[in-house]
Amino acid sequence: MQYLVSVIHDKLELAPDDEMAAIDAFNERLQAEGHWVFAGGLGFPDTATVVDNRGEPAMFTDGPFLESKEYLAGFWIIEAPDLDVALELAAAGSKACNRKVEVRPFLDVPE
Amino acid sequence: MSDIRAAITRAHREEWARVVASLTRRFGDLDVAEEAAAEAFAVAVERWPADGVPANPGGWLTTTANRKAIDRIRRERRRHDKHREARILYDDDPPEPLGAIDDDRLRLIFTCCHPALAMEARVALTLRMVGGLTVPEIARAFLVQESTMGRRITRAKAKIAAARIPYRVPSAEELPSRVSGVLAVLYLVFNEGYLATGPETDPVRDDLTAEAIRLARLIRALLPEDGEVAGLLALMLLTEARRTARVSAGGELVSLDEQDRGAWDAALIAEGHQLVRDRLATGVAPGRYQILAAINAVHTSARDIRDTDWAQVVALYDQLVRLDPSPIVALNRAIAVAEIDGPEVALADVDRLEGELSGYHAYHATRADLLRRLGRSREARAAYDRAIELAGNVGETAYLTRRRDQLGPAGTE
Repeated sequence: MQYLVSVIHDKLELAPDDEMAAIDAFNERLQAEGHWVFAGGLGFPDTATVVDNRGEPAMFTDGPFLESKEYLAGFWIIEAPDLDVALELAAAGSKACNRKVEVRPFLDVPE
Repeated sequence: MSDIRAAITRAHREEWARVVASLTRRFGDLDVAEEAAAEAFAVAVERWPADGVPANPGGWLTTTANRKAIDRIRRERRRHDKHREARILYDDDPPEPLGAIDDDRLRLIFTCCHPALAMEARVALTLRMVGGLTVPEIARAFLVQESTMGRRITRAKAKIAAARIPYRVPSAEELPSRVSGVLAVLYLVFNEGYLATGPETDPVRDDLTAEAIRLARLIRALLPEDGEVAGLLALMLLTEARRTARVSAGGELVSLDEQDRGAWDAALIAEGHQLVRDRLATGVAPGRYQILAAINAVHTSARDIRDTDWAQVVALYDQLVRLDPSPIVALNRAIAVAEIDGPEVALADVDRLEGELSGYHAYHATRADLLRRLGRSREARAAYDRAIELAGNVGETAYLTRRRDQLGPAGTE
């Protein structure tokens, strides 16, 4: 089962070096324990472009789709057998990056 | 016929959680388990009057519910042409040969009280899945619309399935914090019964206090070594013991000093005292509920309010403050302090809590009583007014109003 762990932040600043080091250590733990799927840090919200091609031609709009004080600063996708494991990892991730995180399951599609 | 009805009621009380728990374990789905359990009881209501009560009602109900669950899964499989079993995966622990049924009920409790669910969802789900209350009953208990309560439970079940909240007893490391989450749910149910809110509500809802005690007994049977579980059960019993003395014939709450102590339930008090003594005998440092139970044990040991060992009460509150430095604990401590050091010292303690508690009715009620005892009637009146404004319980409002109206005429100081 995969979970999206979104990193939520409310200031336009990058993580300082000590936080980056803690994030690296956490990422290594995810890889060593087999939880790692993918992770990435995102550019600031004002670098976003909204694209809407539901009725052609495609419309491009500068800025994020949602204006809010808090924004998605980055994310992990982790593999975990259940929510307890995911929450434990997310708690470690929140500590490592010194940010609030949200845990959300991917849709579990039966084979 | 009434024997049959009693047997069905008893089976419901004793077997509901077991049936739901074992089906959840087998089918990995709370929804399937709940529906099949409800259907099995409906079949019992239909059949037992004619066929007689089976020798093993729990076994009969589990077997019947299992069949109902399999029927539903087959129906759904035909409809969706998908393997529902694909979702039946949560529990990868090997089944335990001994005590597996009891473990299933524990699993059910921990799943319903999972910290990833909102408190109100935990309460609703626990009362439904473990307590066996119906959705309309739970809706009435918490003064919300049935449809709202139904949605709350459905949403919680959906989150458990979609986010894969596990069906298992937490590891030894997590256990204390998870148990305390379960106890918080039960204490909330108990308190809602003990001091029910709402203008149209009875001052005490004994259906809720009784349900909370029943669930606490169940958890105590499942986790007999846990001190806080014993503490909460003792606290509930010692509080419940005073229930009938706590409300006057006119529906007014009766304060501890005015209660008819002869009306207290001696059996509940004896049971509560025994639990407190057993915990003391372990020598293990008590948690919050154990200390609260001990405080209530001191109160219920006094045959007369004047015999109360207030020094012991204050000492226990001091111990509690170290664990839980909340303003509400400090407020209750001040009430005991008034009995030893006098109302003036207590009032100074209480006044320090204004910033945090100015919106809490008990803060104003406590101040009102202390001011009254100090003969400061005008200030007492204002404090009673504020307490009455904020109190949500009809019996408490009646009590505070009488106390206010017994003050000397306005303006005399």
